[in-house]
Amino acid sequence: MPTYEGGMSFAQEFARGMRKSPPVVLSSAPFGLLFGALAVDNGFSVGEAVLMSATVYAGASQMVGLDLFGQHVAPWLIALSIFAVNFRHVLYSAAVGRRVPHWAPAQRAFGFFFLVDPQYAEAERKAENGERVTFAWFMGMATPIYVCWVTEAWIGASFGSLIPNTYALGLDFLLPIYFLGLVLSFRTRPLWLPIVVTSAVASIAAYEAIGSPWHVTVGAAAGMALAAFMPVTGNGDGEDVA
Amino acid sequence: MTTTVWIILAGAVLTYLSRIGGHLVLSRFERVHPRVEASLNAVPAAVLTTLIAPAAYHGGAAEIAALVVAGIVGWRSGMMTMFVIGAAVLVAGRNLL
Repeated sequence: MPTYEGGMSFAQEFARGMRKSPPVVLSSAPFGLLFGALAVDNGFSVGEAVLMSATVYAGASQMVGLDLFGQHVAPWLIALSIFAVNFRHVLYSAAVGRRVPHWAPAQRAFGFFFLVDPQYAEAERKAENGERVTFAWFMGMATPIYVCWVTEAWIGASFGSLIPNTYALGLDFLLPIYFLGLVLSFRTRPLWLPIVVTSAVASIAAYEAIGSPWHVTVGAAAGMALAAFMPVTGNGDGEDVA
Repeated sequence: MTTTVWIILAGAVLTYLSRIGGHLVLSRFERVHPRVEASLNAVPAAVLTTLIAPAAYHGGAAEIAALVVAGIVGWRSGMMTMFVIGAAVLVAGRNLL
């Protein structure tokens, strides 16, 4: 078998990436199913729900899109809101782009489609630990997450009305808990606490003043501005965030 | 095609542009300024916090308790442990409180 990088075959690297997927698959499954169920509830067909999960592939923005669709907001404004929620991916792609100079252009064009929050966080963590972010590892992590996400939309849309009391099961609040875990994993970075506090306050203020989805853009911009204007203390590379 | 399909495809194209755009635009620069670097390093904590804070702000006792316990557990242990315990506190809180 030909070696891929660092003596690992493509299949071995792919398998290593796959091992990063179960926590993401498990924690996003309720939302994948919920999205499908809510989509049908808001007037989507089963096929349209699956199409959205397969092509947009960004949970929070899909939920925002559904919500606005149900309120009969102008189509261009729905598309713009999806973009606003997903604008953070510009920053993810800029950050991960620095980690994958060894990828071919076609690999970047393909791989970056799958750059969802946990995919970004794991790639960044791997790079910070001094490991090479290979295309095989990246797609190994992305493939199960993507396949499950699209399948869940179909299941949720098909059987949505059968889900029992979702509030009692806490389904709607699992994502913030998961995001909290990701935020904590970055706690050794420079200025972590001031950034988190600033973004928290700014996002709550924006949520109250302007409303969703702009709290994401405003809160993130506030945290980034703080980091940019504080004295430079180091780039945070090489730190153990496990 | 229905209006719904057009909205979905427009959202998909814009989302893909956001995922490839940052890299395409930033890779034009030879060297990244330290302050740009610092703000890029702030991205994950800053963005992910905005997905938590308003939800926590509007949460009730069960939601706040789940986040606090998950935060304490997460400080000492791994992702899956903190997630499972946080979810357990949430479900318990919603059904018992």
